[in-house]
Amino acid sequence: MEPTLNNPFRRSVVKGLLGTTSFWMASGNARWAEALAAEAAQPYQPAFFNAAEYQFLESACERLFPADHNGPGAKALGVAEFLDRQMQTPYARGENWYMSGPFEQGPANLGYQLPFVPKDLYRKGIAGVEHYARQQYGKGFSALSALQQDEILTALEGGSVQLGDIPGRVFFEQLRTNTLEGAFADPLYGGNRGLGGWIMLGFPGARADFMDWVNQEGASYPIGPVSISGETA
Amino acid sequence: MVKHIDAIIVGAGWAGSIMAKELTEAGLSVVMLERGSERTTPVEGAYPESIDELRGAIRKRLFQNLSQSTLTIRNTMDQTALPYRQLAAFLPGEGVGGAGLHWSGVHFRVAPEDLRLRSAVIERYGEKFIPEGMNLQDYGVSYDELEPFFDKAEKVFGTSGEAYKVQGKIVGDGNVFSPDRSDNFPLPAMEDTFSASVFRDAAKNAGYHPYSLPAANASRQYTNTYGCQMGPCNFCGYCSGYDCYLYSKASPNVNILPVLRQDPRFSLIPNAHVLRVDLDSTKTKATGVTYLDTKTRKETSLSADLVILGAFQFHNVHLMLMSGIGKPYDPISNTGTVGRNFVYQTITSSRVWLPPSTYTNQFVGAGGAGVAIDDFNSMNFDHGPLGFVGGSPVWVNQAGVKPIAAALGAGGGGTPRWGSAYKDSLVNTYKHSLGIDAHGSNMAYRDVYLDLDPTWKDAYGQPLLRMTFTWKDNDIRMNQYVVSKIEPIARAMGATKMNLVHLNAGQPFDTRTYQTTHLGGGAIMGENPQTSAINRYLQSWDVSNVFVIGSNAFPQGMGYNPTGMVAALAYWAAHHIRTTYLKSPGPLVKA
Repeated sequence: MEPTLNNPFRRSVVKGLLGTTSFWMASGNARWAEALAAEAAQPYQPAFFNAAEYQFLESACERLFPADHNGPGAKALGVAEFLDRQMQTPYARGENWYMSGPFEQGPANLGYQLPFVPKDLYRKGIAGVEHYARQQYGKGFSALSALQQDEILTALEGGSVQLGDIPGRVFFEQLRTNTLEGAFADPLYGGNRGLGGWIMLGFPGARADFMDWVNQEGASYPIGPVSISGETA
Repeated sequence: MVKHIDAIIVGAGWAGSIMAKELTEAGLSVVMLERGSERTTPVEGAYPESIDELRGAIRKRLFQNLSQSTLTIRNTMDQTALPYRQLAAFLPGEGVGGAGLHWSGVHFRVAPEDLRLRSAVIERYGEKFIPEGMNLQDYGVSYDELEPFFDKAEKVFGTSGEAYKVQGKIVGDGNVFSPDRSDNFPLPAMEDTFSASVFRDAAKNAGYHPYSLPAANASRQYTNTYGCQMGPCNFCGYCSGYDCYLYSKASPNVNILPVLRQDPRFSLIPNAHVLRVDLDSTKTKATGVTYLDTKTRKETSLSADLVILGAFQFHNVHLMLMSGIGKPYDPISNTGTVGRNFVYQTITSSRVWLPPSTYTNQFVGAGGAGVAIDDFNSMNFDHGPLGFVGGSPVWVNQAGVKPIAAALGAGGGGTPRWGSAYKDSLVNTYKHSLGIDAHGSNMAYRDVYLDLDPTWKDAYGQPLLRMTFTWKDNDIRMNQYVVSKIEPIARAMGATKMNLVHLNAGQPFDTRTYQTTHLGGGAIMGENPQTSAINRYLQSWDVSNVFVIGSNAFPQGMGYNPTGMVAALAYWAAHHIRTTYLKSPGPLVKA
């Protein structure tokens, strides 16, 4: 059955869709866009992260991608919501990663070798950062000043912190990657709210027709973005 | 009861689809086995769902699912190779169309001297010029022999380009280093994007010879040799990593399979993972293949007179090793051929910023379009004083930069990768910069090769392929030399800032960042069965009813993108199967 706005089963159908491998890997899914868009427009209740974890994400993602003179930050763009929704997809379960053992560590340039899929990295990583924050500053991450939060993120990025089983740098890179995805993915997935990420970059979204703009001698493209579901800004 | 067919083809990408078309034309019954899922452009390519960056290039919808099968990688023979667990450095395809569905569309022929690089280097610089440990080899086939098949492939792919010389006459402003052609490109060159036009002017003023990249992106409406139709490209920017919603980028799915699927002699079985080619007791004749239905997990054997391996480069090598076709390469004793001469390409991407009043609109683009110079490619310049073998085209190939990819790549190299300063640089870079690539060759070495991993297995219980690969001094110095030529061009383009990226001495191959999917070699063609796995017709020296088609045949990684060469080699092999082999099956070349 095709999900449509009038279909009373829409929400469950859409939820099912994002969780399936076929949506992400295989066939096309005619007209799923409008259903996903409607889903993304609803008030959001986190399903994977608990309240404390979600609060951590709201704070940490905003430091990685802060609101400033360039445009909105992670919070206004809905990045935490994007992350929670992603945790319910095959990606979070590592379904297209090779996850067979043994898991031996080696030089960094030979790539990721941990036995953890993204949802494990988040669960363990967030707990690890909260523990580190209390140890170093006596408070949870979200209660710290922006400066202190930046110090922690810098330490994670620099590789000097171990978060239990997980190197701090691994968690940092996972969080940075997914935060930027949430800022710039189509709003279908809950982030890039109001197309704010795309407006910042001057990216026209799903217009995908530049026949007249192949070479305009360096002029700025004049039309604002449109999303896959037809949202404009 | 084992079903018998005339020919089995492994893999539904370009190589397999071309071979299937040729063999059905010859009257053979053909079964094509594809381990991935069915994919047709009207379904997967439909706008706007097809142009979703998250689901597409980021979550890697059209690429190989590593959870089922991957390889292990190490830099040197004394290391333990570790699994390539997450797609990054290279992105093999999976599903009908293979990597031919998600490629960019740069569609080159070959620099003629690259086909006889060993001979050319010795003629010009002497044998001592070749570094110790470098397995420099000739292909055993010449450009003149392949020319009709390059021409044939371009007319199937609907290739856009500007010729230089046709039948000995200069006909246009094409690549002055390119060889003679029997005919023009079927379509005129793609228009220059703004960034490419700026590069063209600066390169010309610097005394170089810019040309339009040959692109299997249709610059006009086109109906190909088989009656398949393509629509004109609108520079939407969704080529690499995507299925073209406009039917403008050539793919097996658009340019060959629509007619093949209507042929009663042809059948395509998706979700069929080939486990091995079955050999008879003499190990010199294939009897068919055994595959696993990945949905039902049921094994099936098919019998056939002819087996064509047309899977991705390293999957062809893996299948040969798993089947016992040819002798595995051993770098210690320097014997055996399967796994020998594994090669890559030496590619670095530099960035140039134009003034803030100038917008490069990087989202505008086409995967195959752009402007290149060949002044530092192949044997087009004097290597004598430089002391390295190989070269790189240099180009601006604005293929359409998407926001997530731009954001992930911004910052680094001493500049912030997050926070407000990062946002400043991301926005500035996205709006006002452009990329220039040195897209270079990579030579083969005795201790760079493919074999079977002793530890890790795929989802079907077979050992993973093991890659032993790192950057070598010859190729690092080649890359550094060519990148040094970018700086004056970038200055002439009006650069306000530039970030010239080259490999550094001793830098190991890093599996974590995308470089290129242009892997090659491992089952190379040649004239000597001691140093090549397949003969000049891409026929196994050891099992004469097995042909192995793909970039696995390349003895060296060339500066050009490989697909045009793979297509020409497929048509070349098919021609000799049709005109000679089928009349009298057996080795086409005496070992």
